[in-house]
Amino acid sequence: MKVRLKIWRQPNATAKGKFVTYDMDSVSPEMSFLEMLDSLNGMLVEKGEMPVAFEHDCREGICGSCGLYINGYPHGPQKLATTCHLYMRVFRDGQTIVVEPWRARPFPVIRDLIVDRTALEKILVAGGYVSVDTGQATESNTTKVSKEHADEAYDSAVCIGCGACVAACKNASAMLFVSAKVSQFALLPQGKVEAKRRVQRMVARMDELGFGNCTNSYACEAECPKGIRITNIARMNREFWKAKVCGQKTV
Amino acid sequence: MTKLDSKIPQGPLAEKWTHYKEHARLVNPANRKKLDIIVVGTGIAGSSAAATLGEMGYNVKVFCYQDMPRRAHSVAAQGGINAAKNYKNDGDSVYRLFYDMIKGGDYRSREANVYRAAEVSNASIDQLVAQGVPFAREYGGTLANRSFGGVQVSRTFYAQGQTGQQVLLGCYSGLCRQVDQGMVTMYARRDVLDIVIIDGKARGIVARNLVTGEIERHAAHAVVLATGGYGTIYYLSTLAVNSNATAAWAAYKRGAFFGNPSFVQIHPTSLPVLNEYQSKLTLMSESLRNDGRIWVPKDKEDKRHPNNIPEEDRDYYLERRYPAYGNLVPRDVGSRAAKERCDAGYGVGPTGLSVYLDFKDAILKQGKKAIAAKYGNLFELYHRVTGSDPYEEPMRIYPAGHYTMGGLWVDYGLMTTISGLFAIGESNFSDHGANRLGASSLMQCAGDGYFILPYTISDFLAGEIRTPRISTDNKAFEEAEKTVAERIDKLLKVNGKKTALSFHKRLGNIMWNYCGMARNEAGLQKAYGMVEELEKEFWKDVRVPGTSRELNQELEKAIRVADFFGLARLMITDGLDRKESCGAHFREESQTGSGEAKRIDSQYSYVAAWEYTGDGSAPVLHKEPLVFENVELKERSYQ
Repeated sequence: MKVRLKIWRQPNATAKGKFVTYDMDSVSPEMSFLEMLDSLNGMLVEKGEMPVAFEHDCREGICGSCGLYINGYPHGPQKLATTCHLYMRVFRDGQTIVVEPWRARPFPVIRDLIVDRTALEKILVAGGYVSVDTGQATESNTTKVSKEHADEAYDSAVCIGCGACVAACKNASAMLFVSAKVSQFALLPQGKVEAKRRVQRMVARMDELGFGNCTNSYACEAECPKGIRITNIARMNREFWKAKVCGQKTV
Repeated sequence: MTKLDSKIPQGPLAEKWTHYKEHARLVNPANRKKLDIIVVGTGIAGSSAAATLGEMGYNVKVFCYQDMPRRAHSVAAQGGINAAKNYKNDGDSVYRLFYDMIKGGDYRSREANVYRAAEVSNASIDQLVAQGVPFAREYGGTLANRSFGGVQVSRTFYAQGQTGQQVLLGCYSGLCRQVDQGMVTMYARRDVLDIVIIDGKARGIVARNLVTGEIERHAAHAVVLATGGYGTIYYLSTLAVNSNATAAWAAYKRGAFFGNPSFVQIHPTSLPVLNEYQSKLTLMSESLRNDGRIWVPKDKEDKRHPNNIPEEDRDYYLERRYPAYGNLVPRDVGSRAAKERCDAGYGVGPTGLSVYLDFKDAILKQGKKAIAAKYGNLFELYHRVTGSDPYEEPMRIYPAGHYTMGGLWVDYGLMTTISGLFAIGESNFSDHGANRLGASSLMQCAGDGYFILPYTISDFLAGEIRTPRISTDNKAFEEAEKTVAERIDKLLKVNGKKTALSFHKRLGNIMWNYCGMARNEAGLQKAYGMVEELEKEFWKDVRVPGTSRELNQELEKAIRVADFFGLARLMITDGLDRKESCGAHFREESQTGSGEAKRIDSQYSYVAAWEYTGDGSAPVLHKEPLVFENVELKERSYQ
């Protein structure tokens, strides 16, 4: 099949970017989207041009490295799939495909389609953990956790930190990402002790880094490749106000 | 000739580690903050080690090539993590876990290390649970277990099919906590290109900043490599495509011996190669073999749709050949059996290089819902990649390069032959012998990082409390930086016609065909020559566009591929030296009547530790004899 690619090219963080058109004449529907880009890059390199820089690593949908904005959708048109799991068979022969980096102020472009997502890590550093020193844990089965809670915590914990939620949101809100972590720990006894401090610190850090507020438009949930539910945001809001109103100390 | 000293403590097996810990030297808390440690790699081993060392009060610097530690390839481990908790009351114990690993590794690992890995396994589970890792639970609220290949107990803890992700995120959260507290500094998007040795001790690294292209110097009192395996040498593997051997290879070239480089695990249940563009082989967790049955048609010419092939025309070859373990035989056995069927012409699918993994019986017996609860995400993954629905028709699978048991040689304290240079997790050679059992890699990584390295590195650092902060102005840094810069320059100047990736593909092909699931003398020798030729061609015809002072992914690839050539030759050399079959290393010349791996204990009961002697000259082999005081060496049988 043939496709026309319009790809965002930007040599570095400060340069002005632009769309460049590439026509691909022999694309196999069995290729993944990233393999199609590999083949474009092979052609560019052989011509001595700089290939399109894009991030990728595991190519099995779990590391969260890849993330392209494809025809207006984070990770492309396929539901519940990362960019690396997007296959060319979902596109039409002759289709024009627009490829952009994540667009959000807290995610500055580094080169072409690569953005800096370390703001997400900075939020986790502000409390996205349980404080337990190595070797101080008690025998696991002394703390029982109901299967329902464990499963729900797991459903929140499967976030891969790709940032699609931020890219999908018109406010560039990171609330789905942050609330998934807050929920995981709020649902488990291990996380309860620090819950009030955690939610306040993480939310404060999120605001400070320039992420916007939730728009209630559910775009994040619709685009999340791991199916993280928006109910996490409701839970985070409850946790947050509980901490503000009932907390002994406001952080 | 340097003597290999494995430094195994004296005393009975079960007391060695306790004895070691009680007698290891300690560093006073006030002195710890004066000591710097570099950790390279942020998978489960690297993250857990860095977090623990930071917590102890050392100054820790952590390096990874990804944008964040959470993306390290431990994240992709699916099936589970083993521990000897005996929660299922099925007779498990530390000794049994140890025994299963020794046997599973086909008696080519060190008893003392393996026993210790089993011994600390329970503490790892407790640690991870306390960090909020949401492992699967029973309705009563206790932790759930499942069984895994090569054993007869249920000792595997899991979080659906994403155990690696959950365990890594647990370790990563501990790392975040130390970053929060100012004890650990993160250096992401760095490729570590050289190890700096000053007066015989590892004192730092030279890294390339992948965003700016700047070559950086970082000094420390000790360096820990947690850089994972080198399975991407096959190009198509289950590894992350950017995984590489560069830092470990640099360590080898600086004097760290490389242990058993030819020991590579080929995982039996990966998605098959579907087309020529494929960049990656996706793993389907081994846990699927708990409920899935593997078969091929009895008749080579049977081209019917698998659903239309009746029971009597199916050959459940694992159940037939290995009645005791059936579909749960160890990975090497399962992989070879699949290859045997496909080579004999019974393979299915368009290429004939795949076998069926069928859930029909399990779905009939347990219901679709129960199967979905166990493997739902894996089934979706399969469906997404292949377009075929495993609830409706059998999966097609084939073996793929997966895990390297070989790695940097380390002593009992996880120190390489370079003083002050440690290797943990998959990057070392130590715990899995010639074949790794499922769910024991997460176990080893967490054990090394949380509970072993912190003791052993402290024992080393206790001798360093009088060493002032290492300066990066030292001549050794200058020399290392120059070596790195010259090599990059050389790559940029080749200005040929072919991409680094095209060389990588060709190298992978050679290694897969001649140094993969089965090896023989003639093939290995042929491959050696082919690799040499390919390397020559690479340095004449590779094209790396752009400059070194920018984000340049082609340059990153070229550097990694350039290092793979030498490693490929070392793997082949090791494969040639070991004329026996053992575990995953299958020398066709050495097999039993029934086609199983035939060990030759009288000649090959050793760890092959290879010493680098220069680019032009052959590496020197040092043998660490393996002494078995607690287990009897038997022919490994799963029948």
